[in-house]
Amino acid sequence: MKNTTNNWLIENGRIVDPSCGRDHIGRLLILDGKIAGIDPTDGDLPQDISRIDALGCVIAPGLVDLGTEFGEPGREEDETILTGTAAALAGGFTGIALSSNTEPPIDTAASVEFIRQKGARADNCKLYPLGCVSRSRQGEMLAEIGSLVEAGAVALYDGPNPIENTGLLRRALEYCSMFDRVIFDHPEIASLSRGGVMHEGLEQLRLGLSPIPAEAEDLATSRDLRLIEATGGRLHLTSISTHGSVDLCRRAKSRGIQFTSGIFVANAHLTDESLREFDTNCKVNPPLRSRDHLEACIHGLQDGTIDIISSGHKPSSLEKKMVEITIAPFGMIALETTLSQVITYLVRPGLLSLADALAKLSTNPSKLLGLESGTLGLSKPADLVIFDPNRSWTVDTANLKSKSYNTPLNGTELFGVVTHTFVDGRLRYSGFSVR
Amino acid sequence: MPIGTVDDSLKLDNSEKRFTDTMTQSSLTVSTSDPLSPALAGLPIPRTHWRHKHLLGLEDLSAEEITYLLDCAEALHRATNQGRTKLDLLRGRTIANLFFENSTRTKNSFSLAAKRLGADTVEFSSSGSSVAKGETFIDTAKTIEAMIVDAVVVRHSSPGTPHLLAKHLNCSVLNAGDGPHEHPTQGLLDILTIRQHRGSLAGLTVALVGDIAHSRTARSNIWGLLKLGAKVIVCGPATLVSKNWEKLGVEVEHNLDKILHRCDVLNLLRIQFERQAIRPFPSVHEYMLLYAMNKERIERSKEDILIMAPGPINRGVELTPEVADGPHSVILEQVTNGIAIRMAALWLMLNAQSPTQATAS
Repeated sequence: MKNTTNNWLIENGRIVDPSCGRDHIGRLLILDGKIAGIDPTDGDLPQDISRIDALGCVIAPGLVDLGTEFGEPGREEDETILTGTAAALAGGFTGIALSSNTEPPIDTAASVEFIRQKGARADNCKLYPLGCVSRSRQGEMLAEIGSLVEAGAVALYDGPNPIENTGLLRRALEYCSMFDRVIFDHPEIASLSRGGVMHEGLEQLRLGLSPIPAEAEDLATSRDLRLIEATGGRLHLTSISTHGSVDLCRRAKSRGIQFTSGIFVANAHLTDESLREFDTNCKVNPPLRSRDHLEACIHGLQDGTIDIISSGHKPSSLEKKMVEITIAPFGMIALETTLSQVITYLVRPGLLSLADALAKLSTNPSKLLGLESGTLGLSKPADLVIFDPNRSWTVDTANLKSKSYNTPLNGTELFGVVTHTFVDGRLRYSGFSVR
Repeated sequence: MPIGTVDDSLKLDNSEKRFTDTMTQSSLTVSTSDPLSPALAGLPIPRTHWRHKHLLGLEDLSAEEITYLLDCAEALHRATNQGRTKLDLLRGRTIANLFFENSTRTKNSFSLAAKRLGADTVEFSSSGSSVAKGETFIDTAKTIEAMIVDAVVVRHSSPGTPHLLAKHLNCSVLNAGDGPHEHPTQGLLDILTIRQHRGSLAGLTVALVGDIAHSRTARSNIWGLLKLGAKVIVCGPATLVSKNWEKLGVEVEHNLDKILHRCDVLNLLRIQFERQAIRPFPSVHEYMLLYAMNKERIERSKEDILIMAPGPINRGVELTPEVADGPHSVILEQVTNGIAIRMAALWLMLNAQSPTQATAS
């Protein structure tokens, strides 16, 4: 499959483009890095073209992840920009909005520039820096948001920490409106959750681990929504996971409040029962909740209350997770499994249509950041993924591109195999051969 | 059929039935003249019964297994002449005590139990050890295991550490308390003490009083007692006793005086000051007022109420000295039973066999 040009014809695939409701078997033409046509006639094809037979596969806009963590600079032992973006491609992601919690944090124009250069040098997927909301990510004073935006920060995020200081959040929402940038917040009232390891409930009661109560999230969600209403600012709730949050978001949307809400993929299919073996890879934030919360989240995904599914990718090197669960860091890696998790646990059981799932993985996050991707529209950049939704694979952490191993899904059989990932019309990843 | 023949002891159900039948006839009493074979005569052969290599918690054990463990403890207690003589059931085996949290009684109790069965022990405690030099918990345990030990007994402030070791080590792991999660041998010795006084747990009302949220003893007691048919009440300040326990089959009551008259046993748990990041009640003074077991409360209790405490007790906080040293108190019997329980636990875990092997034999 040698290709010296950027001209491709992908044939016989199911073209799913949630941005325009397209869903049919057909062929897609890529010319010079752009999407040049759906179902072109043979006369429109240039002579120098490579063909891919995508029989049985889905052709979709490349996935876009929000708030991904890598660790470079400062925690290169967890993930570098090179390994993280390679993992992204293998998972079908063509764009990543990288979290600001590096060491030092991304709170200056120079650090934004560093991320962009590293991303360009890695030349895998597109890498969009998120700048800090607060100076040094300390949650006290505003960071130089204007400079960060000027340097290329696509949105502002103090993640994974919540913006605890309500005054700061209010100022940030007002201030950011000048730059038309979105603030990301992880909703959590830390004074209620501090020291917690897992969701408060029956499982937690049995295990004797310190609790993270659902209301720690509900109250923060409620506060954030009120501030959006008051300021008219733009906000994205990165990761909701409770019944209460879903209800609050649903009501706010029905009242016309403009915002988006997201969920980490793990919170869309795993429950707190996963902690029974004290697996530190199941220690995540937001915590894996009980079944009633999970069901509320799935309902929220179905009725559009939850707009975006993110990977929540948070790598931790082996030695950091091979410790007592009380001191282990939060987080799991997920870039390479997110699409398969969604297909296996949401699409195949009939909880979410493939088009809706792809909208939440690609179109909606693209729109939020104002990117050109997330669509297969004519003359848009050819950022796209081809995957076989009916083929299964078994997660083997030893074979993942990510530098870290912290996923509880090791050994799990998942459906959905990414066969090709294109970025700007260049084939940047081809995993399994197409049938 | 003679007691302890292999045929009879192949199945747990059989042995359980046999034990219940023979308990009253004291047929578990074993001769101590020859410490090895006759001592075993009264005991079922463990490897045909016991399938657990690790003792991680009572939540994982069935009622039959708990009863069997208690029976073994009593038999071993008699076989060691009330703990005065040694057996060599574990001769040549090495047991490591890994204590990453302070402990006096549990550590000594495990140590003595191992020695009574003829095992060698390695003692490890975190103060002044490699942990202070930055070695991880798992590496420390692996290093000790590499000294060729057959079992590790572990205490740690984090729930799940024995489970972590069970995953990473090849030897048996016995949980001697993992944070607020479980303390199975404590639960067993509490239950054994009650059984010795009342014959059976079924139908008894046992109240666990105090800091339930941070208590591993409470959790192990709850699972064990429920499985053996007792009614369990958890009682203490609302900040330390979750209403959610009701969903797990436990009665929740915050007023001790309301339940006193119907309790057969009170287990007074220690206030875990060291685990409480924020003091969950206004003052020790107020706690005593509401929950301390004193003479006046004893007078309003059942005549034959048993007063237990897993210790170490805060004298004057959970109970007053006249109650701790009074006629209802069985606190020191608990300590004695601790050694018997730990002998049984070590003996069984070190002789565990997978179900397939057991069937094959």
